[in-house]
Amino acid sequence: MPIRLTVNNQLHELVVDPDMPLLWAIRDHLQLTGTKFGCGMALCGACTVHIDGQATRSCVTPVSAVEGKSVTTIEGLSTSAGKAVQDAWVNLDVPQCGYCQSGQIMSASALLASNPKPTDSDIDAAMTGNICRCATYVRIRSAIHKAAESLATSPPAKS
Amino acid sequence: MYFSHIKDTSTLWPTRSAPEVTRRQFLKLTTLAGSGLTLGALLPGCGSGPGSSGAAVGPPAPLTMTFLRIDPDNTVTVISKHLEAGQGVWTGLPAIVAEELDASWEQMRVESAPAKVPVYGNFAFDPKGSVQGTGGSSSVANSWDQLRHAGATARAMLVEAAAAQWKVPAGEITVSDGVVSHPGSGKKATFGELAGSAAKLWVPTDVQLKDPSQFKLIGREKLPRLDSRAKSTGKQQFAIDVMLPGMMTAVVMRPPRFGGKVASFDATKAKAVAGVVDVVQIPRGVAVVAEDMWSAKKGREALHVTWDESGAEKRGTEQLMKEYKRLGRQSEAVSVAKVGDAEAGLKHAAKLIDAEFEFPYLAHAPMEPLTAVCQLSPEKCEIWAGCQLHTVDQMNAATAVGLKPEQVVINTLAAGGTFGRRANPESDYIAEVASIAKATGAKYPVRLIWTREDDITGGRYRPLNYHHVTAGVGKDGRLVGYKQRVVGQSLVAGTPFAAMIKNGVDPTAVEGNAAEEYDLDNVHVTWSQPKVGVPVLWWRSVGHTHMAFSKEVVIDELAQAAGQDPVAFRLALLQKHPRHVAALKLAAEKAGWSKPFPKEKGRGRGVAVHQSFGTVVAQVAEVTVTGDKITVDRVVCAVECGIAVTPDVIRAQMQSGIGYGLSAALRGKITLTDGRVDQTNFHQYEVLRINEMPRVIEVYIVPSTNPPSGVGEPGTPPIAPAVANAVRAATGIKLRKLPFDLAAARSARA
Repeated sequence: MPIRLTVNNQLHELVVDPDMPLLWAIRDHLQLTGTKFGCGMALCGACTVHIDGQATRSCVTPVSAVEGKSVTTIEGLSTSAGKAVQDAWVNLDVPQCGYCQSGQIMSASALLASNPKPTDSDIDAAMTGNICRCATYVRIRSAIHKAAESLATSPPAKS
Repeated sequence: MYFSHIKDTSTLWPTRSAPEVTRRQFLKLTTLAGSGLTLGALLPGCGSGPGSSGAAVGPPAPLTMTFLRIDPDNTVTVISKHLEAGQGVWTGLPAIVAEELDASWEQMRVESAPAKVPVYGNFAFDPKGSVQGTGGSSSVANSWDQLRHAGATARAMLVEAAAAQWKVPAGEITVSDGVVSHPGSGKKATFGELAGSAAKLWVPTDVQLKDPSQFKLIGREKLPRLDSRAKSTGKQQFAIDVMLPGMMTAVVMRPPRFGGKVASFDATKAKAVAGVVDVVQIPRGVAVVAEDMWSAKKGREALHVTWDESGAEKRGTEQLMKEYKRLGRQSEAVSVAKVGDAEAGLKHAAKLIDAEFEFPYLAHAPMEPLTAVCQLSPEKCEIWAGCQLHTVDQMNAATAVGLKPEQVVINTLAAGGTFGRRANPESDYIAEVASIAKATGAKYPVRLIWTREDDITGGRYRPLNYHHVTAGVGKDGRLVGYKQRVVGQSLVAGTPFAAMIKNGVDPTAVEGNAAEEYDLDNVHVTWSQPKVGVPVLWWRSVGHTHMAFSKEVVIDELAQAAGQDPVAFRLALLQKHPRHVAALKLAAEKAGWSKPFPKEKGRGRGVAVHQSFGTVVAQVAEVTVTGDKITVDRVVCAVECGIAVTPDVIRAQMQSGIGYGLSAALRGKITLTDGRVDQTNFHQYEVLRINEMPRVIEVYIVPSTNPPSGVGEPGTPPIAPAVANAVRAATGIKLRKLPFDLAAARSARA
């Protein structure tokens, strides 16, 4: 039986092992490579996607568990929070090697969607699951604050 | 040490060739002049015979040079001979070209150079540029002269092309922000419009470089990174993202102990896993090849391999450290640095510090696990990877598949971090993917992915180290003697880089010692090299990672013993090190060092200064100790790296170096039990997360007219000693074993 998967508002039917992690389904079978493999154990956050808006580690989520749900990857990130986060990331030149940043951005945009004005402690709590070996953490904090400011001052677009 | 040859390259630029010399003669002359590298740096690739100064307007065409290309669409693409692994060379190198070219920043692009020496060789590694590679924080330093000339040469050609088209003297033409103009006639042209004509011209060889006072882009506070947008949208392509038609994915089962070999294997169950297409033995283990990563992993789980461990390393790190300590007490050792007479000096010590330091093995753990793609045919081997030693990787891939190096095409992609891991003399992961392609008969392109477990357990660590330092101050508070024994593996012994060993000393094992860094009357540093089967490698800032720690902690303790301020005590020992002085003074000033630190329970402030790879970094760390927990609240960092090419990238690299060093100071540790690595993934090999990153990191750049030096690594060495010194100031506890364990240090003192 094919698995019906909605990714970035597009429906796909995949014939794969139902236990295959969502990460490898979207990378190897949908060729959406913006979502990264970092650890395979939900320890580093590089694979973070949104499932029904919730930041989720795709490397430990079986593809069969997301049938009927809506998956958003970095390629499909289009919420106002997501756009604000990406713009702040570019404006502050957050990325270094850049490999973890898709996951950081997915976590940060989910944070802002639920908490539009996070404190440093809120940011630390929400972002602790996302490792950056380049240690861009200082700029990640700044960029999240900057994105929060821009969201607060701009009229809400589509949520 | 790596970049000591750079200054020589400027003398290699050829003098202007006479106008009547033909192109062929020009080639011969410049080659004979020993400037083959320069020839490559200047030669347009699409010239059509001897140029005439009356270039006609032709169809749009690019101006292609070794280090840059100007396309008819008005983009300027810098050809980066260096790997972008986060350190910012894809911004720094284009900035140098754009400056001399008078380009606009918006038109700049960047792409990776192919593997080719000497044109793309690293002249910081050796003066002949015989290896292409990125390391030793040398990218900007060894590209500085080269890319300034490349930019200035292209600019001169655009001007000459415009002069010919407009029939005006070249001297009346100006170039600014990507536009070539003749103010007298009001004529203007873009680079793209002139590129085709410029490509037909002679290459000038006596171009004038700008005086630094004229720099507009170099030194600009905020020059946006060229890769930020792609890296913020998931569009940046890494090796793991390469998708070729029909490509298969491989994982490799490697020996559980270093030095183990495949005795036999049974692939029956592995081959029964859906999606698995091949199981093959390669020199480093057994590869499982499948249609996708998940199937490859499941196939590997079902694979049964019997290992021959007769030659394997079976010791654990506890035993190794005991042996290191025993070696440390033996008199036989190699002399690394000797000034005066340390033994005699120490006899005059009024106060003596006798300190032992222990440093663990450390994995690099870049976020992108090692990955490479190989497409093999009988005549050609094509590799896609985040290559850090491009031509070494090329050679190792060629050896693995039985082709000549020139038959191996290297496509260097952005690397998801490296910190030294991708620069290994055997090109382990690249040799593996090439071996798999060969062993599977080149039936399909193959992508090799290391899992995180493969990465953490895979060796090539920062070496385990033991230091024993005896140092003292006299009654007058002067440092009278400094004696240090270092015990640790060589990074280069037994590798093609063994030539770096001079007089029995592997400089990468002991670099940044007290004799190099301070003006000391009596110092003796010795080194013992144990034979251990655990493969080791350079890890961000290499020998400095441990040498800076013991040095800066001991100096700090000596200052205390002498009853002196730690900054003043250092400054007195740095009179012959003006760059150290400048960095240390700036950090101290910005940290408010002259004001007493608030006397609050558990709070303390510490300082460290260290030069590595030609750059001096001073850091002041402020910490809060709560129970056994260390929180680094604020770090003030000053860096002397010569002319600051891209200040915001420099700041980013200092932040990054601090975070990477702090990760090792607070958490990093690889241990072995009976030769097996104990840690497998980030739950055991813990790294710094955002909640432990200092809330405040301030970076200040010392104004300097020195040639630029590197920033990728030098931010790392000072942070651990600065924090240890701050913890001692706060609690009196001496942290001499890494990673820091306050509880253990407390009970050791009790």
